[in-house]
Amino acid sequence: MVNRTVTGAHYGLRDWLAQRVTAAVMAIYVLVVVGYLLMQPSFGYDTWLELFTSNVMRTFTMLFLLSLFYHAWIGVRDIVMDYVKPAGIRLLIHVLVILALLVYVIWSVQILWGM
Amino acid sequence: MTHRISGFIKKMTINKPIKTRPKHLALHKIYLPLSGYVSILHRVSGAVLFLALPLLLLLLDQSLRSIETYTNLTEYLAHPLLKLALLGLLWAFLHHFCAGLRYLAIDLHLLPNLDAARAASKWVMAVSLTLTVVLGVKLW
Repeated sequence: MVNRTVTGAHYGLRDWLAQRVTAAVMAIYVLVVVGYLLMQPSFGYDTWLELFTSNVMRTFTMLFLLSLFYHAWIGVRDIVMDYVKPAGIRLLIHVLVILALLVYVIWSVQILWGM
Repeated sequence: MTHRISGFIKKMTINKPIKTRPKHLALHKIYLPLSGYVSILHRVSGAVLFLALPLLLLLLDQSLRSIETYTNLTEYLAHPLLKLALLGLLWAFLHHFCAGLRYLAIDLHLLPNLDAARAASKWVMAVSLTLTVVLGVKLW
Protein backbone atom coordinates (compact mmCIF):
# COMPACT_ATOMS: atom_id res chain seq x y z
CA MET A 1 0.00 0.00 0.00
CA VAL A 2 1.25 3.42 -0.91
CA ASN A 3 0.88 6.09 1.69
CA ARG A 4 0.96 9.25 -0.31
CA THR A 5 0.56 12.62 1.31
CA VAL A 6 -1.81 14.64 -0.80
CA THR A 7 -0.98 18.31 -0.85
CA GLY A 8 -2.73 21.30 -2.32
CA ALA A 9 -5.57 23.62 -1.48
CA HIS A 10 -8.21 20.85 -1.85
CA TYR A 11 -10.64 22.98 -3.81
CA GLY A 12 -10.19 21.11 -7.08
CA LEU A 13 -12.94 18.49 -6.78
CA ARG A 14 -15.40 20.88 -5.14
CA ASP A 15 -15.01 23.43 -7.94
CA TRP A 16 -15.06 20.72 -10.63
CA LEU A 17 -18.39 19.55 -9.25
CA ALA A 18 -19.72 23.08 -8.70
CA GLN A 19 -18.92 23.97 -12.31
CA ARG A 20 -21.10 21.06 -13.50
CA VAL A 21 -23.96 21.56 -11.04
CA THR A 22 -24.21 25.28 -11.85
CA ALA A 23 -24.06 24.43 -15.57
CA ALA A 24 -26.97 21.99 -15.17
CA VAL A 25 -29.04 24.60 -13.26
CA MET A 26 -28.41 27.19 -15.99
CA ALA A 27 -29.19 24.74 -18.82
CA ILE A 28 -32.52 23.77 -17.24
CA TYR A 29 -33.42 27.43 -16.62
CA VAL A 30 -32.62 28.44 -20.21
CA LEU A 31 -34.65 25.56 -21.65
CA VAL A 32 -37.63 26.38 -19.38
CA VAL A 33 -37.60 30.11 -20.27
CA VAL A 34 -37.07 29.53 -24.01
CA GLY A 35 -39.81 26.87 -23.99
CA TYR A 36 -42.20 29.22 -22.15
CA LEU A 37 -41.53 32.09 -24.58
CA LEU A 38 -41.97 29.81 -27.61
CA MET A 39 -45.39 28.76 -26.30
CA GLN A 40 -46.63 32.35 -26.13
CA PRO A 41 -48.78 33.45 -29.07
CA SER A 42 -47.07 36.86 -29.21
CA PHE A 43 -44.16 38.60 -27.49
CA GLY A 44 -44.18 42.05 -25.90
CA TYR A 45 -43.51 43.88 -22.66
CA ASP A 46 -46.54 42.27 -20.95
CA THR A 47 -45.42 38.72 -21.75
CA TRP A 48 -41.89 39.52 -20.63
CA LEU A 49 -42.96 41.19 -17.38
CA GLU A 50 -45.48 38.48 -16.51
CA LEU A 51 -42.72 35.87 -16.68
CA PHE A 52 -40.88 37.57 -13.81
CA THR A 53 -43.82 38.57 -11.58
CA SER A 54 -44.25 35.30 -9.67
CA ASN A 55 -42.02 34.77 -6.66
CA VAL A 56 -41.18 31.26 -7.88
CA MET A 57 -39.83 32.61 -11.17
CA ARG A 58 -37.91 35.40 -9.42
CA THR A 59 -36.30 32.84 -7.12
CA PHE A 60 -35.52 30.53 -10.06
CA THR A 61 -34.01 33.49 -11.94
CA MET A 62 -31.93 34.45 -8.90
CA LEU A 63 -30.75 30.84 -8.61
CA PHE A 64 -29.82 30.96 -12.30
CA LEU A 65 -27.89 34.22 -11.85
CA LEU A 66 -26.07 33.01 -8.72
CA SER A 67 -25.13 29.81 -10.60
CA LEU A 68 -23.94 31.97 -13.48
CA PHE A 69 -21.75 34.14 -11.24
CA TYR A 70 -20.20 31.18 -9.42
CA HIS A 71 -19.66 29.40 -12.75
CA ALA A 72 -18.08 32.56 -14.18
CA TRP A 73 -15.78 32.88 -11.17
CA ILE A 74 -14.40 29.35 -11.57
CA GLY A 75 -14.01 29.77 -15.33
CA VAL A 76 -12.37 33.18 -15.22
CA ARG A 77 -10.10 32.12 -12.34
CA ASP A 78 -8.91 29.10 -14.37
CA ILE A 79 -8.23 31.27 -17.43
CA VAL A 80 -6.33 33.85 -15.34
CA MET A 81 -4.32 31.13 -13.58
CA ASP A 82 -3.32 29.72 -16.99
CA TYR A 83 -2.27 32.91 -18.75
CA VAL A 84 -1.33 35.56 -16.16
CA LYS A 85 2.08 34.70 -14.73
CA PRO A 86 3.02 37.62 -12.39
CA ALA A 87 1.46 36.82 -9.02
CA GLY A 88 0.65 40.44 -8.18
CA ILE A 89 -1.30 41.11 -11.37
CA ARG A 90 -3.03 37.73 -11.08
CA LEU A 91 -4.12 38.52 -7.53
CA LEU A 92 -5.33 41.96 -8.60
CA ILE A 93 -7.44 40.50 -11.43
CA HIS A 94 -8.89 37.88 -9.07
CA VAL A 95 -9.89 40.57 -6.58
CA LEU A 96 -11.46 42.73 -9.31
CA VAL A 97 -13.40 39.76 -10.72
CA ILE A 98 -14.72 38.82 -7.26
CA LEU A 99 -15.77 42.41 -6.54
CA ALA A 100 -17.48 42.72 -9.93
CA LEU A 101 -19.39 39.47 -9.38
CA LEU A 102 -20.48 40.59 -5.88
CA VAL A 103 -21.77 43.85 -7.35
CA TYR A 104 -23.65 41.81 -9.98
CA VAL A 105 -25.30 39.79 -7.19
CA ILE A 106 -26.57 42.98 -5.52
CA TRP A 107 -27.64 44.39 -8.89
CA SER A 108 -29.54 41.17 -9.69
CA VAL A 109 -31.52 41.40 -6.45
CA GLN A 110 -32.34 45.03 -7.23
CA ILE A 111 -33.49 44.14 -10.76
CA LEU A 112 -35.67 41.22 -9.71
CA TRP A 113 -37.23 42.61 -6.52
CA GLY A 114 -37.05 46.32 -7.25
CA MET A 115 -39.08 46.40 -10.44
CA MET B 1 13.25 18.22 -34.66
CA THR B 2 16.09 19.63 -36.74
CA HIS B 3 17.04 22.20 -34.14
CA ARG B 4 17.31 19.44 -31.58
CA ILE B 5 19.70 17.43 -33.76
CA SER B 6 21.84 20.45 -34.62
CA GLY B 7 21.91 21.33 -30.94
CA PHE B 8 23.05 17.81 -30.18
CA ILE B 9 25.84 18.07 -32.73
CA LYS B 10 26.87 21.44 -31.33
CA LYS B 11 26.96 19.94 -27.89
CA MET B 12 29.31 17.20 -29.11
CA THR B 13 31.61 19.48 -31.06
CA ILE B 14 31.80 22.37 -28.64
CA ASN B 15 32.50 20.95 -25.25
CA LYS B 16 30.08 23.22 -23.46
CA PRO B 17 26.57 22.50 -22.18
CA ILE B 18 23.99 24.25 -24.36
CA LYS B 19 20.32 24.15 -23.49
CA THR B 20 18.48 22.96 -26.58
CA ARG B 21 14.98 22.74 -25.19
CA PRO B 22 12.45 24.68 -27.24
CA LYS B 23 11.74 27.99 -25.56
CA HIS B 24 8.38 28.70 -27.13
CA LEU B 25 5.55 26.94 -28.92
CA ALA B 26 5.18 27.71 -32.61
CA LEU B 27 1.44 28.25 -32.46
CA HIS B 28 1.06 28.66 -36.23
CA LYS B 29 2.58 25.21 -36.76
CA ILE B 30 0.39 23.37 -34.28
CA TYR B 31 -2.47 21.43 -35.81
CA LEU B 32 -5.56 21.11 -33.66
CA PRO B 33 -8.34 18.56 -34.17
CA LEU B 34 -11.87 20.02 -34.28
CA SER B 35 -12.41 19.15 -30.61
CA GLY B 36 -9.39 21.35 -29.86
CA TYR B 37 -11.09 24.30 -31.53
CA VAL B 38 -14.33 23.52 -29.68
CA SER B 39 -12.32 23.57 -26.46
CA ILE B 40 -10.50 26.86 -27.02
CA LEU B 41 -13.71 28.48 -28.31
CA HIS B 42 -15.41 27.30 -25.11
CA ARG B 43 -12.84 29.38 -23.23
CA VAL B 44 -13.07 32.36 -25.57
CA SER B 45 -16.89 32.38 -25.54
CA GLY B 46 -16.89 32.04 -21.74
CA ALA B 47 -14.54 34.99 -21.36
CA VAL B 48 -16.61 37.07 -23.80
CA LEU B 49 -19.83 36.25 -21.93
CA PHE B 50 -18.20 37.21 -18.62
CA LEU B 51 -17.05 40.55 -20.04
CA ALA B 52 -20.56 41.14 -21.45
CA LEU B 53 -22.25 40.53 -18.06
CA PRO B 54 -22.71 44.25 -17.18
CA LEU B 55 -24.32 44.85 -20.59
CA LEU B 56 -26.57 41.80 -20.25
CA LEU B 57 -27.66 42.79 -16.72
CA LEU B 58 -28.35 46.31 -17.98
CA LEU B 59 -30.53 44.86 -20.77
CA LEU B 60 -32.46 42.76 -18.21
CA ASP B 61 -32.86 45.80 -15.95
CA GLN B 62 -34.09 48.12 -18.71
CA SER B 63 -36.37 45.49 -20.24
CA LEU B 64 -38.21 44.93 -16.94
CA ARG B 65 -38.17 48.38 -15.28
CA SER B 66 -41.08 49.96 -17.14
CA ILE B 67 -42.86 50.07 -20.48
CA GLU B 68 -40.93 53.28 -21.31
CA THR B 69 -37.49 51.78 -20.72
CA TYR B 70 -38.59 48.64 -22.59
CA THR B 71 -39.66 50.70 -25.62
CA ASN B 72 -36.46 52.76 -25.48
CA LEU B 73 -34.45 49.54 -25.37
CA THR B 74 -36.15 48.10 -28.46
CA GLU B 75 -35.33 51.36 -30.27
CA TYR B 76 -31.67 51.22 -29.20
CA LEU B 77 -31.42 47.57 -30.22
CA ALA B 78 -32.65 48.42 -33.73
CA HIS B 79 -29.19 49.90 -34.37
CA PRO B 80 -27.25 47.55 -36.71
CA LEU B 81 -24.01 47.68 -34.69
CA LEU B 82 -25.79 46.71 -31.47
CA LYS B 83 -27.63 43.96 -33.33
CA LEU B 84 -24.31 42.65 -34.61
CA ALA B 85 -22.85 42.74 -31.08
CA LEU B 86 -25.87 40.85 -29.75
CA LEU B 87 -25.54 38.31 -32.57
CA GLY B 88 -21.91 37.78 -31.53
CA LEU B 89 -23.01 37.28 -27.92
CA LEU B 90 -25.73 34.90 -29.09
CA TRP B 91 -23.11 32.79 -30.85
CA ALA B 92 -20.87 32.92 -27.75
CA PHE B 93 -23.77 31.70 -25.61
CA LEU B 94 -24.85 28.96 -28.05
CA HIS B 95 -21.30 27.69 -28.48
CA HIS B 96 -20.65 27.74 -24.74
CA PHE B 97 -23.98 25.97 -24.13
CA CYS B 98 -23.47 23.23 -26.76
CA ALA B 99 -19.80 22.65 -25.94
CA GLY B 100 -20.72 22.52 -22.24
CA LEU B 101 -23.37 19.88 -22.91
CA ARG B 102 -20.71 17.87 -24.76
CA TYR B 103 -18.39 18.03 -21.73
CA LEU B 104 -21.23 16.92 -19.45
CA ALA B 105 -21.93 14.03 -21.85
CA ILE B 106 -18.24 13.04 -21.76
CA ASP B 107 -18.23 13.20 -17.94
CA LEU B 108 -21.29 10.95 -17.82
CA HIS B 109 -19.57 8.44 -20.18
CA LEU B 110 -22.22 9.02 -22.83
CA LEU B 111 -19.47 9.44 -25.45
CA PRO B 112 -17.43 6.32 -24.76
CA ASN B 113 -14.72 6.64 -27.42
CA LEU B 114 -12.71 9.12 -29.47
CA ASP B 115 -14.88 8.75 -32.59
CA ALA B 116 -18.07 9.57 -30.66
CA ALA B 117 -16.42 12.56 -28.95
CA ARG B 118 -15.11 13.83 -32.30
CA ALA B 119 -18.51 13.43 -33.95
CA ALA B 120 -20.03 15.35 -31.02
CA SER B 121 -17.59 18.22 -31.56
CA LYS B 122 -18.83 18.45 -35.18
CA TRP B 123 -22.39 18.61 -33.83
CA VAL B 124 -21.40 21.38 -31.39
CA MET B 125 -20.03 23.54 -34.21
CA ALA B 126 -22.91 22.75 -36.57
CA VAL B 127 -25.74 23.29 -34.07
CA SER B 128 -24.33 26.48 -32.51
CA LEU B 129 -23.56 28.09 -35.89
CA THR B 130 -26.88 27.03 -37.45
CA LEU B 131 -28.91 28.29 -34.48
CA THR B 132 -26.98 31.59 -34.54
CA VAL B 133 -27.85 32.07 -38.23
CA VAL B 134 -31.49 30.96 -37.79
CA LEU B 135 -32.10 33.13 -34.72
CA GLY B 136 -30.14 35.98 -36.29
CA VAL B 137 -32.36 35.93 -39.38
CA LYS B 138 -35.48 35.61 -37.23
CA LEU B 139 -34.57 38.47 -34.86
CA TRP B 140 -33.11 40.81 -37.48
